Amino acid sequence: MAMQAEKLTGAISRRTFLAGSAGASLVMGLGVVLPGCGREEAATDIASNGASASFAPSIWFEIDSDGAIRMNIPKAEMGQHVGTALARIIADELGADWDDVSFTHADSDPKWGRLIPGVSLGDVTGGSWSVFTSFTMISQAGAAGRTILRDAGAVMLGVDPADCTVADSKVSANGQHVSFADIVRKGDVSRTFSDEELGALPLKPAPARRYIGHDTRANDIPDKSRGAAVYGIDAELPGMVFAHPMLPPTRYGSSIKSIDDSAARDIPGYQQTLELTDPSGLIEGWAVVIADDFPSAMKAAAAVTIDWEAGPTATVSEADIFAEGARLAADKSLGTRFVDEGDVTAAQALAVDSFGATYRTATAMHFPLEPVNALVEIVDGTCHVHAGNQYRAAMLPTLAAVLEMDEANIVIHQYYLGGGFGRRLWGDYMIPAALAAQQLGKPVKLVFQREDDSRLDCVRSPSVQQFDASFDADGTLTAIEHAAAAGWPTLTLLPSFLGTGVDGNGKFDGFSIAGADHWYTLPNHRVRAINNDLAQRTFLPGYLRSVGPGWTGWGVESFMDELANRAGQDPIEFRLARLDAAGKNAGDQHGAVGGAARQAAVLKDVRERSGWGRELPEGEALGVACCFGQQRDMATWIACVAHVAVDKDSKSVEVKKIWQSIDCGTVVHPDGAMAQAEGATLWGVSLALHEGASFVDGQVSQRNLDTYTPLRMADVPELDIKFIDSTEFPTGLGEPPVIAVAPAIGNAIFAAAGIRVRDLPITLNHP
Amino acid sequence: MIEFELNGKPVASASEADTPLLWVVRDELKLKGTKFGCGIAMCGACTVHIDGVATRSCITPVATVAGRAVTTIEGLATDVGKALQQAWIDNQVPQCGYCQSGQIMQAASFLERNANPTDAQISTAMNGNLCRCMAYTRIRKAIKVAAGADEA
Repeated sequence: MAMQAEKLTGAISRRTFLAGSAGASLVMGLGVVLPGCGREEAATDIASNGASASFAPSIWFEIDSDGAIRMNIPKAEMGQHVGTALARIIADELGADWDDVSFTHADSDPKWGRLIPGVSLGDVTGGSWSVFTSFTMISQAGAAGRTILRDAGAVMLGVDPADCTVADSKVSANGQHVSFADIVRKGDVSRTFSDEELGALPLKPAPARRYIGHDTRANDIPDKSRGAAVYGIDAELPGMVFAHPMLPPTRYGSSIKSIDDSAARDIPGYQQTLELTDPSGLIEGWAVVIADDFPSAMKAAAAVTIDWEAGPTATVSEADIFAEGARLAADKSLGTRFVDEGDVTAAQALAVDSFGATYRTATAMHFPLEPVNALVEIVDGTCHVHAGNQYRAAMLPTLAAVLEMDEANIVIHQYYLGGGFGRRLWGDYMIPAALAAQQLGKPVKLVFQREDDSRLDCVRSPSVQQFDASFDADGTLTAIEHAAAAGWPTLTLLPSFLGTGVDGNGKFDGFSIAGADHWYTLPNHRVRAINNDLAQRTFLPGYLRSVGPGWTGWGVESFMDELANRAGQDPIEFRLARLDAAGKNAGDQHGAVGGAARQAAVLKDVRERSGWGRELPEGEALGVACCFGQQRDMATWIACVAHVAVDKDSKSVEVKKIWQSIDCGTVVHPDGAMAQAEGATLWGVSLALHEGASFVDGQVSQRNLDTYTPLRMADVPELDIKFIDSTEFPTGLGEPPVIAVAPAIGNAIFAAAGIRVRDLPITLNHP
Repeated sequence: MIEFELNGKPVASASEADTPLLWVVRDELKLKGTKFGCGIAMCGACTVHIDGVATRSCITPVATVAGRAVTTIEGLATDVGKALQQAWIDNQVPQCGYCQSGQIMQAASFLERNANPTDAQISTAMNGNLCRCMAYTRIRKAIKVAAGADEA
């Protein structure tokens, strides 16, 4: 899949902006013209049909003769109000009146252009990338649209375009104006911009912005407050049957020996149990119970008995995975060198003192409140999939392999996602529905019960990190070696995206090790990234909100605290001394301008705001951590202070307050950004103290809320979150504010009670 | 047929007596605002009112509502309910939004019994409603606003 994407990327012509009058509308889009297709052909298509199969637009919008501006937002809406943020960016550059703007999330029909990984803006919604990766492109699309409207309006007004201003959906000059609607009604606007021309368009300077950085209400919220928002689980088609999955005992390698549905046959509504055969091999040993309605399917599923030949990981436990991770991390000959600065081996040989610690994180689940589900219909040679998904560009070729159909004949219809958090980056839940629909020749609606949603979840892998610090005779830190072992999502899902070690040897999953390449300047620093093969074989590791930094940060920031304490230094001063923004930490990347200096700035800000260093009652303390997310070339700078109270007798921890100082550059939608930061901060609390699962007999054993216990309202601490005022390039926000929370809490527990916690979730029962 | 009142109108269900009310409301009577989350009454996404009392519809057999009044998010028309929905919008509460029907139905039932709650009382009343996006601080704020105890 990814290989195919790379080939396409290489063959594709450069970006183009196309505008054409289609019917009574003016359609504009920024994207790429596909190989073998001409720009003129695409422009003609757009002018006549409003869409072109030879053009893969990343963003497109139309203005109708009443002046209504409808945008397509290719990103999935899963709580981040992404449509509002992206539409605001376009509207700002376009000079639109926000009240004229609406948007939809289009399906993946090829008539809109192909969804291509790494090419189409809508290929993936994840990684906290949406604004970061879209900002320049959609700003230019808006600016190109503004230029077209300005020039057309200038002709109508009989003035020089240079004398025109564009704002509030109007082109104005010399006290006269024409509206966008007037221009569209006049028709005959057809124009293209090359990549070079797009790049040369002037974008608005920050002070001139009307919408970016100014608050608004998110467009999706009213429907979500009235029960009117439509999620994948709400989709229906005439004649559909309901399917209940029957999951095998292991993710891989199980097969069905026999199916006995005799006890289900008397259940009203029960139809049959289908064994599924997946030609792609992605699902093995599956069956689905088919019924007239979902309650009957649930009842029948409980009555159907399936005898499986279990796969090879049927006895694997969480302890086994941890033991394997510890073994791998301890072996210094293993792992891919992700960082190798200076000469760690030499520093270790010269060391007169050393200190090591091991940090672990348990299995954590996505647990989106909408259980995964899909409705699939194959009709007239086209497969229609109705399901919320974050990565349709990956699922189109996957479903093509599953169904042995041409990818061009598969359409994924987008819905609101009842939680994504990375779970819906992988659309495996579409596969059994698609196979059943193909086999039955009728629409199949497959809904996972919660327990099955948990069993199928691509969980955050258990992780083990070993840190070894070396010191000279003065007790000065001379080297840190960091080994991190876990299951790697990218190894299974996107193997061509694996990175190569800095010494040219081995592969690593950048998503799983990001964060280990922090911005502290160390004299000698080595990071070994290690795949935990037992984890990899037992389950499909997934990308969970905050991904690798969510657990590498636990190790890095806890260990920094341990080193500061060992040195007898204030943990903030200890960090600041190493955030010197020297050399590689100066931050010359586009998404990380300022480097460690900005990391230091948020740390100083949170120190000031939290009243760091003040006296607190016995058993209470502040703890600190800082982080950048999600990656070095897209750094959202965060520093966190947690105020905890530890009751040593009851071994309980209360988080009283969390401060976060966040620098994500330009904030596009301030209130939406704050909502993301609030949610992500509480995810950090939840992963620190409330959420932990474990593998038993090859499967996750906590499958519903009676045993998997995310944070509830009663345990929500006071939050004090501040965004640093900045006009730097916007970075990402959905995930980074998760990262520093757990280590800040752990470090506060140490400060309050002298207990060093090294495992997530934190429990004081085994100090 | 099991007859009951749904959002003020008489309805009849042909489902089996033990069918959870949730699926009757969603799939038979086609009101999709009430959501399926956990199936064991621990997330609150399926919350409806039965004779005005917040109830988890995922474990409520449809036969038990025969002759009773069921209200879903689509039919929430009380002053308190309207105030809550407006407060939800004014305070930009929902993120993914999937739990919010249940949150609002739970809050509406609660505010009918406690018109001027404290933060702690709100947390206790709402603790059975999971918000996976963790929009908890805004949920609590919006409930206070709807109760008139706080400014938007």
